[in-house]
Amino acid sequence: MLSKSQARTFFLGGTIVTFAIFLGLSWNSLSNDVPKQTNLQNLTEQVVRGKHLWESNNCMGCHTIFGEGAYYAPELTKVFERRGEGYIKAALMTQTPWAPRGRKMVAYGFSDAEATDLVAFFKWVGEVDLNGFPPKPDVSR
Amino acid sequence: MKYQSQKVAYWFFAAAMLLLSLQIVYGFIMGFAHMGYDGLHSVIPFNTARAVHTNLLVVWLLLGFMGAAYYIIPEEAQQELVNVKLAYIQLISFLLVGVVAIVGYHLNYWEGRKFLEIPRPLDWLVVVNVLTFLGIILATLYKGKKRTTTSMVLAMGLVFAALLYLPGMVWFDNQTMDSFFRWWVVHLWVEGVWELIMGGILAFLLIKLTGVDREVIEKWLYVIVGLTFLSGILGTGHHYYYIGVGKIWLIIGGIFSMMEPLAFLAMALFAVAMYRKGEKRHPNKLALYWTLGTAVLSFVGAGLLGMAHTLPQVNMYTHGTLVTAMHGHLAFWGAYGMIVFSFITFALPNLTGRKLYDTVNGQLAFWLSNIGMLGMTAAFGVAGVAQVYLERKTGLEFGAVQQEIEVHFLVLVLNATMFATGITFYIIEFFRYGRPNNEAIGVEETL
Ligand code: HEM
Ligand code: HEM
Ligand SMILES: [Fe+2]
Repeated sequence: MLSKSQARTFFLGGTIVTFAIFLGLSWNSLSNDVPKQTNLQNLTEQVVRGKHLWESNNCMGCHTIFGEGAYYAPELTKVFERRGEGYIKAALMTQTPWAPRGRKMVAYGFSDAEATDLVAFFKWVGEVDLNGFPPKPDVSR
Repeated sequence: MKYQSQKVAYWFFAAAMLLLSLQIVYGFIMGFAHMGYDGLHSVIPFNTARAVHTNLLVVWLLLGFMGAAYYIIPEEAQQELVNVKLAYIQLISFLLVGVVAIVGYHLNYWEGRKFLEIPRPLDWLVVVNVLTFLGIILATLYKGKKRTTTSMVLAMGLVFAALLYLPGMVWFDNQTMDSFFRWWVVHLWVEGVWELIMGGILAFLLIKLTGVDREVIEKWLYVIVGLTFLSGILGTGHHYYYIGVGKIWLIIGGIFSMMEPLAFLAMALFAVAMYRKGEKRHPNKLALYWTLGTAVLSFVGAGLLGMAHTLPQVNMYTHGTLVTAMHGHLAFWGAYGMIVFSFITFALPNLTGRKLYDTVNGQLAFWLSNIGMLGMTAAFGVAGVAQVYLERKTGLEFGAVQQEIEVHFLVLVLNATMFATGITFYIIEFFRYGRPNNEAIGVEETL
């Protein structure tokens, strides 16, 4: 039967080995995958300003992006492609809550410049190579 | 209890009960909002309610862990806590930081990253606070007569949890990098180091409640935490499928995260086996219920429901839908909510000297809260599966799908009411115990 010291060796050994592999794979992803898949050359200051607005208003508290966030409002990874600049800016700049089908969004009343930054962020987000996410609907209605 | 300084644990538990109650209130706000009743929108918009709900959850769980550590470490190390006053200061300052953060969330002051919403300046206060906590725990262990496996695993879990808070405090311009390191906190906490904390607390409870030999229990503790890290560290890959990093994670994350339920299965089998093996029965029946309950429900919520959507082929469709919320609720409740409840149920009679071991209120609390939470899980699950099919398979628009599934949130709110009733009974019992006092020292039942 397994002894306590063997059990401890299993714990320490497994942890150290898998953690080393994890660090190696992470290093590889960050130095090789990220520049390619996220189009680093397009990550402009405007996109970064947009990301900052995205965070400082906790948009992720209702929406998802890359499938991460909350489930109250639509996935926004492909919103630029789906709705285009005009629609997005209207939703961001309105002074009364945007409420398609009755579910309200916070009326941020962003300035035109801020809304443009967010649109740039969405455009960049939409171009990231996500290994096929979001899936294309494949059942016909 | 055996040591006077263990009394401080009581106040951590009391604070945890308070924050849990508030968490539930904000849960209801969101449940109603999903049903279409968003009357509070202008004061507490959904994102505020959500940040408050999840942050209160994490904070009351951490308070529970800290309280448990302040109780367990003196007993295991056979040594009073080195500085009790500092422990009280640590509790109060932790609560103050929490209050400021939550007020901030109502004023649009936050960092806006899921689960890590606390603004950066407050993060630093959390760091100082947690260092104080760890200082007290580690110094007590160091001065103590004994360093048992149980106390070392618990302490190791707490130290690693603190370290893993740091990757969440780095600023990235790239959303992909942001997400990548956010998971070092979120995933490596709940599917890594928190399981060490849970395992340590569980081992302590089983030693006390079943009377099985410590050497046997601690051997299996090593096996469980071994399985946790073996699967959980590389299992982080199940969050890297679709965020803009390579396809290697589909394979690594898929294989290793499929193994993660083994640690929870081992915990469930371990708890049941020790319960059967123990020849004596501790009179604190409710503590046994909760302890076996957490071992089983953590396997269901984290293990089985986690496994249900962890393969990349499935996750492609369920990623970021209400299916995730289904799993999130039963996993957090079954594993971490219930281990904290187990510990409180065990500790209260020892801290206060009142032996409410098997009361009607206590039974109602156990059954109503757990059945309510299982019902909530089912409601989220049905809503989630319908959402996945309609939105991701047929391409129906988000808003249209949400209207289709509104009715499941009625079911959610009804079950949440049952859950909340159970919690209310629990809190009533909590108050019936009264305050911790010195007469309770040295009189607890032992096996
Ligand atoms: C007690 C342990 C666990 C807790 C508390 C927990 C909790 C959670 C939470 C809150 C999320 C949402 C995170 C976010 O989007 O930021 C999540 C996601 C996820 N969990 Fe767990 N979990 C646990 C264990 C597991 C296990 C053992 C597995 C796999 C076997 C698993 C598989 C997943 C997957 C695949 C996701 C991603 C869902 C998505 O793509 O939207 N979890 N978990
Ligand atoms: C009265 C009880 C509760 C209700 C009505 C409730 C409702 C909700 C709702 C509606 C959401 C947001 C889903 C979304 O983004 O659209 C949520 C999120 C969450 N709740 Fe609760 N909740 C309750 C209790 C709890 C408890 C007791 C726990 C943990 C033990 C918990 C853990 C969570 C977690 C981890 C999330 C984030 C899930 C994710 O992002 O996937 N909730 N809750
Ligand atoms: Fe995970």
